[in-house]
Amino acid sequence: MKGAALLAILRRDLRLLLLGSGGGGGIMLPILFFLAVAIIFPFAVGPDPKLLARVGGGVIWLAALLAAILPLDRLIEPDREAGLFEQWALRGISEEVIVALRLLAHWLSFAPPLMLATLPAAALLGLDARTITLVELGLLAGTPGLAAVGVAVATITAGLKGGAALAGLLFIPLCVPLLIFGAGALAIGGESGLALAGAASLVLVALTPFAGAAALRAGR
Amino acid sequence: MTATALTATDLCCRRGDRWLFSGLSLGLARGQALHVLGPNGLGKSSLMRMLAGLLPPSPDPVSGITGAIAWDGPLALMDERHGLDLGQPLGAALAFWARVDGPVPDEAINGLGLANLLDVPVRYLSTGQKKRAALARLIGQNAPNWLLDEPLNGLDVAACAMVERMIARHCAGGGACIIASHQSLGIPGLTRLDLAEYAL
Repeated sequence: MKGAALLAILRRDLRLLLLGSGGGGGIMLPILFFLAVAIIFPFAVGPDPKLLARVGGGVIWLAALLAAILPLDRLIEPDREAGLFEQWALRGISEEVIVALRLLAHWLSFAPPLMLATLPAAALLGLDARTITLVELGLLAGTPGLAAVGVAVATITAGLKGGAALAGLLFIPLCVPLLIFGAGALAIGGESGLALAGAASLVLVALTPFAGAAALRAGR
Repeated sequence: MTATALTATDLCCRRGDRWLFSGLSLGLARGQALHVLGPNGLGKSSLMRMLAGLLPPSPDPVSGITGAIAWDGPLALMDERHGLDLGQPLGAALAFWARVDGPVPDEAINGLGLANLLDVPVRYLSTGQKKRAALARLIGQNAPNWLLDEPLNGLDVAACAMVERMIARHCAGGGACIIASHQSLGIPGLTRLDLAEYAL
């Protein structure tokens, strides 16, 4: 019974985050935003292929980080507003489990489409195969951390006036380590950057269920 | 001897700098319905949330004792938050809870007048219809203990009578129910608790 309930919750979270809620949201918007940033970048710095190939990996990282801000306001707040978290708490499902499920669903809905969209973005910026591989591996290592920071920030700002803007503001500095390690792997060209991005991700993923659950309980 | 559904002792409630009530103890037997009344702003909803375990009891302002709440069996809550996905059709929103709790019986759906609303997105339902939908979710939960916070708000006269019958049937079947409402309720065997007596 408990396992079936958790599976139902995960399926609901996934459907909501992928497709949006009745015409609103969904994952298409952040992905299109990600591509748009990659597309307009050459307009801003000029079409020099050498320059684009050199900085393109970092541009993709920056675009990913900015795109990760877009889903924050509908990650937690609509369900808190509708009282779903309270109903789950009444059924004895702990907030930690709920937040962990939400984190898993957020990553599953965000990371694979983002890594897929990285291919056309990389082609537009004219990245070479080695850089593309490093960016994709970096995103694989770093997106769990991005998702974890996103869920934690969204739970903390849920219910606040102007919470969406505050969430974006909190999100960026907390993601700096991931950006340094993930994008840094490109410059140094080392596995150490990827390993550190992965390590930072693991720490964030481990902390988020507890931070998020505490925030949800404090916000009741 | 009747089995107890709820034992709560020495409940105090403080919201921010304001004390709402203190020294509230109450017990509830199986099959009993309790009407918590009192004017607006006295802490009826806070009491309900406290009894639901969503709000920890505050320590007593004088003795420093923190109250305790013990329920026998699972507990279902309906308050002003309906707990349904706004963007989903009602049928899909209830189907999610059916996967968590078990299905809502068809007679409850029909009795609540929801049968022809199942295709309508929850956000387009009226206040009263959302309330009925939340009641359907509550019934589907199949919990012996009900906490209803203002269950009659937004309901028409016929629906109010139906909710009263529903509560009476639930209690006749051995369930316990606490209703916070400023309206009078026509439920046989209803006991009353006036929160104003515990106000600070």
